[in-house]
Amino acid sequence: MPITEADIAKVAQLAHLELGDEELKTFVPQITGIVNYVEQLNELDTANVEPAIGGLTPEGEKTDSSRPDEAAGSLGQKVALAEAPDPASGHFRVPKVL
Amino acid sequence: MSRRSVEFSVSAAERLNDSLNAFLEIDREGALRRAEEVEKSGASGGLAGIPIAVKDNICVRGMQTSCGSRILGDYRPPYNATVIERLLNAGAVIIGKTNCDEFAMGSSNENSAFGPVRNPWDTTRVPGGSSGGSATAVAAGIVPVALGSDTGGSVRQPASLCGVLGLKPTYGRNSRYGLVAFASSLDQVGVFARETEDLARVLGVIAGRDPHDSTTADVPVPDYTAALDGDLKGARIGFPQTLFGKGLDEEVGTAVKSVVDVYRELGAEIVNVELPNAGYAIAVYYIIATAEASSNLARFDGVRYGFRAEDAPELRQMYRKTRQEGFGAEVKRRIMLGTYVLSAGYYDAYYRKAQQVRTLIKNDFLKAFENCDAIITPTSPTPAFALGEKVDDPLAMYLNDIYTVTANLAGIPGLSVPCGLSSARLPIGFQLLGPYWSEPTLLKLGHGYLQARPFTDRPPVYA
Repeated sequence: MPITEADIAKVAQLAHLELGDEELKTFVPQITGIVNYVEQLNELDTANVEPAIGGLTPEGEKTDSSRPDEAAGSLGQKVALAEAPDPASGHFRVPKVL
Repeated sequence: MSRRSVEFSVSAAERLNDSLNAFLEIDREGALRRAEEVEKSGASGGLAGIPIAVKDNICVRGMQTSCGSRILGDYRPPYNATVIERLLNAGAVIIGKTNCDEFAMGSSNENSAFGPVRNPWDTTRVPGGSSGGSATAVAAGIVPVALGSDTGGSVRQPASLCGVLGLKPTYGRNSRYGLVAFASSLDQVGVFARETEDLARVLGVIAGRDPHDSTTADVPVPDYTAALDGDLKGARIGFPQTLFGKGLDEEVGTAVKSVVDVYRELGAEIVNVELPNAGYAIAVYYIIATAEASSNLARFDGVRYGFRAEDAPELRQMYRKTRQEGFGAEVKRRIMLGTYVLSAGYYDAYYRKAQQVRTLIKNDFLKAFENCDAIITPTSPTPAFALGEKVDDPLAMYLNDIYTVTANLAGIPGLSVPCGLSSARLPIGFQLLGPYWSEPTLLKLGHGYLQARPFTDRPPVYA
């Protein structure tokens, strides 16, 4: 199924991107090209193949990552807010939601 | 001593930055202060006073971490990545942050929002990517060692194009805590160096389990320098004939085949291996990596750090505008592709299919390693290409990673080793791939080769 400008616009919306007209026009053939390329995977019969989920090695799988449920130090409000574009009264301020 | 070497590195970085653009930040004052502290303390940590450059997607407290992106700009993280913490504990001195493709997405460094890095062998050519600045800093003699990150070849490919060593360790060998995430199941911090000894020492310092990263494995960290004994007798090296065909530059093919002859002379046994699904690796990679990236990069929304677009009075509009203005074209393209392959109705056809073929690729390697200790391939199909040559054709750019992405998909380590110059005097590299946790074997083989055939050429731009 060919990828249309409307498809790309829909995906952009899902991805929280506001593409310009020019970008939309460039992305249609580029993404179509890449999607056509990756479709070569359909040549392979994978009916009985388990999907690889994550990248862990067998040793990584065996590693126990749990830790005691104890409070530890944190950055603190001042440091955590230091890089925020618009901090206010100990919070991250954002434009109105509704 | 440490002050002098740090002063040398900082000055070289400053002097060469106009021509190479390898650094986004050079911390002269901080580096010299720290060098003095290390010297005064008489610290004898394994890396005492060694100047190191760090890719700008790895957090160093108080220094910028832009990831080559406008959306982070001069963001200064309030903490150190674990690999940085370990380098500092060993006495290393971070001299600056190196330029890279935006969010480590690229194979030429042309996707940096702050201009491309230039290859020190020929400044009209790319250094490779995405860790192009780190590769260049080491190749140009600015620092002996640099850190990069490797998601699909982003350490090994620029290492090859710049004529230095580049190692991507086994998935879970190094902590990713403080490495800005691109594709979490593929990302791994890697190391550049001119000498195998330096590579081995730095890997020994940064490797190991980290409670801050649950994907680090509880596997003992060996003394990697002990592996550099030069004895290659009986080593079995796998040769995948089918990877030496279409698309491979003739000079690169010839150079890597002559490396195989050198290994034979050194007493290694060469065995034929098959990697039947390797040809599908790029397709698998550009589904899995973009899917993970589309999710990981959702955090850049103008709320907690970095850039926020102006004139957006409503929240969702602010997200969209911030991301639209903050991200460059390649990052948007990959977010779009990742969102597409994960979207309703396409998930099974693309994402699940790619995960299944990832299993096949992994199994190919496990099977091949039953008969050999490592596999040799080219690192990059061509030497460094010209700036601008592939920018308009994303797919052609992706194919640069044909030899490197398999290691990330399988989680195995890979080492790129320089093995000569092309007729245009551009470096050529070969790649060694090994089983999980086989870094000592790869370092031993790389070291053995370089002892027999030292790579002593230096680029025209050299500190």
